[in-house]
Amino acid sequence: MTTPKIEMKDVHKRFGSKVVLDGINLSVQPGESLVIIGGSGTGKSVTIKSILGLITPDKGSIKVDGQEVTRLTGRARETVNRKFGMLFQAAALFDSLKVWENVAFALIQGRGLGRAEAKKIALQKLAKVGLGPEVGELSPSELSGGMQKRVGLARAIAAEPEIIFFDEPTTGLDPIMADVINDLIVATVKDMGVTTLSITHDMASARKIADQIAMLYKGKIIWAGRKEDIDNSGNPYVDQFIHGRAEGPIKMEVAR
Amino acid sequence: MNPFALVGRFVIAFLSEIGRISLFASKAVPAVVMPPIYFRLIGQQMMRIGYFSLPVVGLTAFFTGGALALQIFVGSDIGAETLVPQIVVLGITRELGPVMAGLMVAGRVSAAIAAELGTMRVTEQIDALVTLSTNPFKYLVAPRLVAAVLTMPILVAIADIIGVMGGWVVGVYSLDFNSAVYLKNSVDFLKFGDVTSGLYKAAVFGFIIALMGCYHGYNSKGGAQGVGAATTNAVVSAAILILAANYVMTSLFFGEGSR
Repeated sequence: MTTPKIEMKDVHKRFGSKVVLDGINLSVQPGESLVIIGGSGTGKSVTIKSILGLITPDKGSIKVDGQEVTRLTGRARETVNRKFGMLFQAAALFDSLKVWENVAFALIQGRGLGRAEAKKIALQKLAKVGLGPEVGELSPSELSGGMQKRVGLARAIAAEPEIIFFDEPTTGLDPIMADVINDLIVATVKDMGVTTLSITHDMASARKIADQIAMLYKGKIIWAGRKEDIDNSGNPYVDQFIHGRAEGPIKMEVAR
Repeated sequence: MNPFALVGRFVIAFLSEIGRISLFASKAVPAVVMPPIYFRLIGQQMMRIGYFSLPVVGLTAFFTGGALALQIFVGSDIGAETLVPQIVVLGITRELGPVMAGLMVAGRVSAAIAAELGTMRVTEQIDALVTLSTNPFKYLVAPRLVAAVLTMPILVAIADIIGVMGGWVVGVYSLDFNSAVYLKNSVDFLKFGDVTSGLYKAAVFGFIIALMGCYHGYNSKGGAQGVGAATTNAVVSAAILILAANYVMTSLFFGEGSR
């Protein structure tokens, strides 16, 4: 068996008295796309942020390519993070920089490439997500939400990462633009042969980009399997979620 | 509620805030000297923190010097012509120049830094930096600290000159002093240490201004409201720390022990 690209074992995290991750176990094989589904506030973002080192888990182990990363800091952390690319929910583009400088950021700051060289690569990546070179000169605030997502995607793939994280890639987009982004994700990911870990509550998006799906509920993975099996999971929680029913075992915490 | 518990809670909150600021500073200061050093960003910040603060600081110094001259004139019966320039030049270089400039720059720059970093925090731009293998302390905090520590003494040196000029303008045009005598009295009475002590203070104030802006911005949370709170806290804490540090440094430079 090959070493999983990402492996989480019994990962716990609490904020104050609120338990967010309650023993997460999951693994992603090289070249595979895992999509974590789950409602808001079930710990999806915290899972990704733990792997990236933005949050330190209280307990448990996270391995990237077999290397334990939970306690890494400083240079060692930066070295591991070079394997990563991430598309943030609201794109998180640097608004003080032009679009092409955003895309070239990891190349200039991380890899020490010259600006001219980095710009050439940045424009190639922008073309890959369907944006012309004239967009490169704009500032991120001049772009629509869909275009910002595309630029975010270009930035995430610019430094040729081995693992890409997608945080709610389609949230806040109209259905057509959402599908365009999904197609772009699938195309770029297959093209590069990278491993991806995504979180979403958009089932259409999950079905499109996933090989494997895992469902997170109350800080635990309650179901994991191949995308094809999700309709026959036999799990009432999964059934309720994928069909979007208000009635079922998952109770929304709404004051009545 | 038990008043002792109230006092205790306040003291604990105060001490833990000091602890958090110290931890932040202990990560920020090494980031200043460890490579990579972003010279381009330092230059950018020096423009924003130093150069663009010149009008505010200059105006403040001018009017402070003028008002000081008037006050002393009104309060002195005889010998005003020697007393006014001497007290103006000492007051400006030792105390008012650095403190007024510090407070004005705190209002301008601490707020701007806190708002910028706070917005970057709540829009996940700081997280994005980390995923792009860039240390936010080196990329965001260090350039602002360096720029503020380097530019504040320059700003204060200029404020000193303009402040003394303010006193001179009031003295010559409103109080009918002799211009040459006024300037001679100022220069004769001034010692080198008066100016340098003010410039040391300025460097420390610069550190406080940038540190408070960065600390509150970096740790802000909860959207627009959180950024607003961070901005307010940055200015208030910077102003208080400047005044407290000013007292400590004045007592070190000019207190009983230093004679």
